[in-house]
Amino acid sequence: MAYSEKVMEHYTNPRNVGTLDKNSKSVGTGLVGAPECGDVMRLQIEVDENNVITDAKFKTFGCGSAIASSSLATEWLKGKTVDEAMTIDNMDIVEELALPPVKIHCSVLAEDAIKSAINDYRVKNGMDPIALPKSHH
Amino acid sequence: MELPIYLDNNATTPLDPRVLEAMLPYFTTKFGNAASRNHAFGWVAEEGVDYAREQAAKLIGCTEKEIIFTSGATEADNLGIKGVFEMYQDKGNHIITATTEHKAVLDTCKHLEKLGAKVTYLKVKEDGLIDLAELEAAMTEQTILVTIMYGNNEIGVVQPIKEIAAIAHKFGALFMTDATQAVGKIPVDVNADGIDLLAFSAHKMYGPKGVGVLYVRRKNPRVKVTAQMDGGGHERGMRSGTLNVPGIVGLGKACELCRLEMDAEATRLSALRDKLESALTVMEESYVNGNTQHRLPHVANISFKYVEGEGLMMAMKDLAVSSGSACTSASLEPSYVLKSLGLSDDLAHSSIRFGLGRFTTEEEIDYAIENTKKAVNHLRDLSPLWEMFKEGIDLSKIEWAEH
Repeated sequence: MAYSEKVMEHYTNPRNVGTLDKNSKSVGTGLVGAPECGDVMRLQIEVDENNVITDAKFKTFGCGSAIASSSLATEWLKGKTVDEAMTIDNMDIVEELALPPVKIHCSVLAEDAIKSAINDYRVKNGMDPIALPKSHH
Repeated sequence: MELPIYLDNNATTPLDPRVLEAMLPYFTTKFGNAASRNHAFGWVAEEGVDYAREQAAKLIGCTEKEIIFTSGATEADNLGIKGVFEMYQDKGNHIITATTEHKAVLDTCKHLEKLGAKVTYLKVKEDGLIDLAELEAAMTEQTILVTIMYGNNEIGVVQPIKEIAAIAHKFGALFMTDATQAVGKIPVDVNADGIDLLAFSAHKMYGPKGVGVLYVRRKNPRVKVTAQMDGGGHERGMRSGTLNVPGIVGLGKACELCRLEMDAEATRLSALRDKLESALTVMEESYVNGNTQHRLPHVANISFKYVEGEGLMMAMKDLAVSSGSACTSASLEPSYVLKSLGLSDDLAHSSIRFGLGRFTTEEEIDYAIENTKKAVNHLRDLSPLWEMFKEGIDLSKIEWAEH
């Protein structure tokens, strides 16, 4: 199976690889997936007092499409408000990266990671977590 | 050195130019049907087939009459297993095989289960070898066939064939082996090993695709298989269909070259394999899968913990290898062979198979070592699991969101 150019590009030059301080109150961390399933994503956001995401970092264990999906997600997150970030849909990632059907689960995982990071941030800051629809995979 | 480098010789091998040369006339001037008995065109084709049959027989230590040409090892496996089941159904309906067999064997057995066969799938030990005591315990009076592969296609382990055959015979059953990965790579002798049926294919040994052999023993005992393809009664009635003369000539030439060059090639390849393996396993958390004593000379299967196989192969972009990772196939399950060894799913996902071959050079192996190391380090820098491992976090204690 050949990868799309955009997947290759993100895979070869992944954006925002790294780690934020998970104990900081302004940082939300999402860790999703499982090693047994062949992919684990950790996505972190740093949020300022205006509810704007100022930084985003990721690390991913997984195939090229999973790495590209999380790299793209961090790129999209930066500069968005938390509310805007909640609206990122996995199908946007599928479209942007031209993922084939067998790789759609990578985009689902990236969406889950975003929401999970946002909820971690909310809970840390005394807000209720947003109820997430049961993961669709 | 040309890139990319081909290190997937267990999937298929390039045709040896000497094999191609031998085949070419049989497409054009020597195009006759080997079954045409009354003119020179047929005789010439038949001579080519006879020579090939002799070479195939010499390579595995049998007589020419015991060689049945097929379209490949998959067909040979099907013919051997289904043919024995059908021929010996009055004697019993029990077949014994192992969980790490090729799909050509496993799926054939599954098919026969629907037709009334009882099949035992032996588990393997951690090193990929079957437990002989377990085999013996599984034998019954109904057992007509034991079919266990010679060398494994994913991890390269070589089963104790002679001992397995002896157990099968002790209980009056036939012994068959899928020797696709072994024939031409290591010495295989059907008489010394006690093999009654054996399958192999030309394209794993520098011959063409689309041609293979089923060896069927004619003496002590005389084995018969029911044909699965009916027609003109070719191949002593066991496999009808006009012979693929150029393919068979190529298979014969490939067998001849393997017989003459096997020893030197095996020595050279196992040295290169060992070099690759030791250079890669000095990296932290890298493990060789399968028994390292009893194995084929040209295969190394290594798990690089905390990186995922498909992602890793993408980073090894100038190397053609394969992975036990789920993501490489349409099914999302990781390799059933590696899982049979008791490997956890995450280690199975992290495996890479390097398959060396006749045309692999030391320069290519040196390049592969550097390229693989770089890729593993790059992906570990991206891996949250590697970071957690380095922080001393026990990954098995984490509650993962299964999906």
